[in-house]
Amino acid sequence: MSQVPADLKYTASHEWIRTLADGTLEIGITDHAQHSLGDLVFVEVPQAGRQVKAGESCAVVESVKAASDVYAPFAGEVIAGNPALADAPETVNSDCYGAGWLYRMRVAAEALAAAGLLSAAQYQKVQDAEGG
Amino acid sequence: MGRRTPLFALHESLGARIVDFGGWDMPVQYTSQIAEHHAVRRAAGVFDVSHMCVVDLAGERSGELLRHLLANDVARLQTPGKALYSCMLNESGGVIDDLIVYRDPGVPGVAYRMVVNAGTRDKDLAWIGAQARPFDVGVRERTDLAMLAVQGPQARERAVQLLRTQDEAAALALGSFSGAQFGEWFVARTGYTGEDGFEIMMPAADAVPAWRKLNSLGVTSCGLGARDTLRLEAGMNLYGNDMDETTQPFESGLAWTVAMQPAQRQFIGRAALEPLARAGSPRQLVGLLLLERGVLRGHQRVATSAGAGEITSGTYSPTLERSIALARVPAGAGGDVQVEVRGKPLAARILKPPFVRNGAARIAL
Repeated sequence: MSQVPADLKYTASHEWIRTLADGTLEIGITDHAQHSLGDLVFVEVPQAGRQVKAGESCAVVESVKAASDVYAPFAGEVIAGNPALADAPETVNSDCYGAGWLYRMRVAAEALAAAGLLSAAQYQKVQDAEGG
Repeated sequence: MGRRTPLFALHESLGARIVDFGGWDMPVQYTSQIAEHHAVRRAAGVFDVSHMCVVDLAGERSGELLRHLLANDVARLQTPGKALYSCMLNESGGVIDDLIVYRDPGVPGVAYRMVVNAGTRDKDLAWIGAQARPFDVGVRERTDLAMLAVQGPQARERAVQLLRTQDEAAALALGSFSGAQFGEWFVARTGYTGEDGFEIMMPAADAVPAWRKLNSLGVTSCGLGARDTLRLEAGMNLYGNDMDETTQPFESGLAWTVAMQPAQRQFIGRAALEPLARAGSPRQLVGLLLLERGVLRGHQRVATSAGAGEITSGTYSPTLERSIALARVPAGAGGDVQVEVRGKPLAARILKPPFVRNGAARIAL
C-alpha cells in the first residue's frame, strides 16, 4: 500500500505539493507514482527563474522502462530545482516525500486556488480508482 | 487476461508486477529491476521463460527441412545436443523470427528441438508447418513444458542441485551452446543475458518446486525487465524491436548467423540476400553509448556523418551506469553522432556490441 501523507496536497496526476514556511511550494511525485515507474535512472528538473503555466511539462522522470513528464500543478515561477537528483535520481524512489522533492515554486494565491488541489483523502480515492 | 505460465500464481505470491508480454501475463519485476539485473551479473537469477514456444521435429528428413528453413546451417551441429542460433527468413530475406535449434535433444523420436519467440508463435507454427509438409516432418508444439533460465556466474553450480546427484557432473560438463536430457528435463548451456547459465525445459508440474528450490539456494527471482537490460548490454537482438520481417539479417547485426556456404544450400531467403552479400548492406545495426545524461529509447532519430538512422532498442545500462542502445544507421557511419532525445540533440558514440559480457564492461566509457 503506498503512502499518502495527510499534511500534503495532491494532483490527480500523482504529484504532491508541500507549503514551506516561507509560503513557497515544494513539488514532487507520490509514492504511488515512484512505485509505478520503478527504478529511476534520470531526473531532469526545471531551472530557477523559469516561468511555467499550469499544466506545462516542467520536469522529466525516467525509469529503466520509460520516461514520464511531470506537469506544473499551477502557474508560477520556479525558484529551485533539486540539485541532488542529477547524480542520485534513485532518491526519488527511496524518499519521494523528502529528499526526493523535484522543484520549488513561488505561486500567486489566485493561481493556487485555481489549481483545485486534492486532499490526501481525495487523492487516495484517485489511487483506489486506478486500482493501486 | 492473457495466457499464463505454470508459474503465474507463484509470481503473484512473490509480489511480481505483472504485465502483458506478447499476449502473456508475465512478471516484469519482483522488487527492483536494477537489483535483479545486478543479481544476474554478480551471482545468479532465475527467469520464467515458459511463454517461449518449444517445437519438436520428428522424421528422417528433419535436418533437410531445417537446411531449407533456416538461414544458419544445422549441418554445423556435429554432436547430439548441440545448439545453433538462427534466423528464419521469408523469401525477401526479412526475418520471420530468430530461434535456437538443438540437434538430437535426447527425447525419443525427436530429431531437433526449436525454441521460438512467444509473440510470433502463431505465424511461426503456420510457416514451419507449411514448410515441413513436403519433407514429411512432424511438428509438435510442447505446451506441456515449462522453461526456466538460470543465469549468472553462480547459476550452473546452483542449478545442478535441482538434478539427481548422479547427473550433476554431466550437467556441469556441458559445453557452451550444448544441451542434454536428464530424466524428463532438457538442460542446455544457453541464455540471453551475456552470462553463463542454463536454460531448463521441464514438465510443467516441476516448475514451481524448481523455482522455490532455486530461491532457497540464493538464486534471485528476476523479471522480464531485467532480462531486457541484460540482453541489451550483451548486444543481443530482440525480435520485433531490432529486426522483423521488413529487415534482413545483414542490417541487423546478424551476418554471422547466415551460412552462405556451402553455396548450393538453397535456404529460404537466400536469393534475396545474395546481392547484399556481394555488394554489402546499405544499413547496419550498431551499438550506441550516450555521452550525456539521459536515456536512449527505441525510435529516437540518430544523426550520423553518413546520414540518418534510428534507435531500435535503448535503455539504461545498470552495469555501465550509462545509457546504451542498438541503432540502425547507414553503412559507413561511425564515431560520434547525435541522438534526438525528447527534443534535444545529445552526443552519443557508435560502438561495436557487446557492451557487457560475463560481468565486465567490454567498451571504453
